[in-house]
Amino acid sequence: MSFINYSSREINCKIVYYGPGLCGKTTNLQYIYNKTNPETKGKLISLSTETDRTLFFDFLPLSLGEIRGFKTRFHLYTVPGQVFYDASRKLILKGVDGVVFVADSQVERMEANMESYENLKTNLAEQGYDLAKVPSVVQYNKRDLPNAVAVEELRGVLNTRGVPEYQAVAPTGVGVFDTLKAVAKLVLTELKKGG
Amino acid sequence: MGTQLVMYDEEYNRINAVCDRLTKDANAKVVFLVDKNGQLISASGQTQNIDTTSLASLTAGNVAAMGGLAKLIGENEFPNQIHEGARESLYMTIVGSRVVLVVIFESSTSLGLVRLRVKKASDELAKIFEALLKKTESPGGMASPFAEISDDDIDNLFSE
Repeated sequence: MSFINYSSREINCKIVYYGPGLCGKTTNLQYIYNKTNPETKGKLISLSTETDRTLFFDFLPLSLGEIRGFKTRFHLYTVPGQVFYDASRKLILKGVDGVVFVADSQVERMEANMESYENLKTNLAEQGYDLAKVPSVVQYNKRDLPNAVAVEELRGVLNTRGVPEYQAVAPTGVGVFDTLKAVAKLVLTELKKGG
Repeated sequence: MGTQLVMYDEEYNRINAVCDRLTKDANAKVVFLVDKNGQLISASGQTQNIDTTSLASLTAGNVAAMGGLAKLIGENEFPNQIHEGARESLYMTIVGSRVVLVVIFESSTSLGLVRLRVKKASDELAKIFEALLKKTESPGGMASPFAEISDDDIDNLFSE
């Protein structure tokens, strides 16, 4: 749920990166963090386990610049991907303005992708959202791996709605900013509609 | 889905005034007001060395997690939380089920005083937010500043 402050002329939006465990959600945020100017970003916060698995969430605030005199800020969050952290995942979806679904392209992760995608729909519905109406994009990550499934196949199960989709290799940044820009644009377009 | 939080000059000034007063009255180091979704609304006191954006996000995460725990044991939520550190402590209270008032205070300040002042401030804040919500929902409310932006405006943000 965006927050518009007429007094300080700011607008804040929340974007959540969702997807199965180890699909690269945190890597997306780390790449964005490493490649943005210090003045446009805040601290990257990672609440993770000792083995660097996300425990609760990662958080990165980003300023995009001004639109009509309003400072536009995006708060990027990731959810913990592992199945048993479902209670935490639900909490992070609260007040979401846009969703990035990060899929793991490896053939052996197809089932995990599908499970996570269904879980996203269920958890959004619990908060009163309909995935079809929430601004969202799909990222097919790990395209560089030899066991990556064809994009058509991934699309067939994870993007039947035809939302913007991007192929990515998150550690090297391929597709990372394209994904972010696409979702940010969708969120702003939704705000324009008065969402 | 809840209503979008919109802040106007009048309410913003009133909220900041309540937070400023609470900082003094409770002898607090810092007072924050945070939306339950993690957006910082107001910060008062010695905020210079604190990453306020991160604080807001983590506060919301903490309140959300505690709310989840509360529901597991059959409570609606835990409206007040205290976290005691060696030198500084943190008191959180949920205001009007929508925002969280956070007070950071040093060990030289008594928790009793903080609780007392927070109670008064949170009643005042609850009223302001109620009025704010009414204003936002009223049909004559201010149009979204984004209603008039063009696709070009959005594209320009990403031009560099």
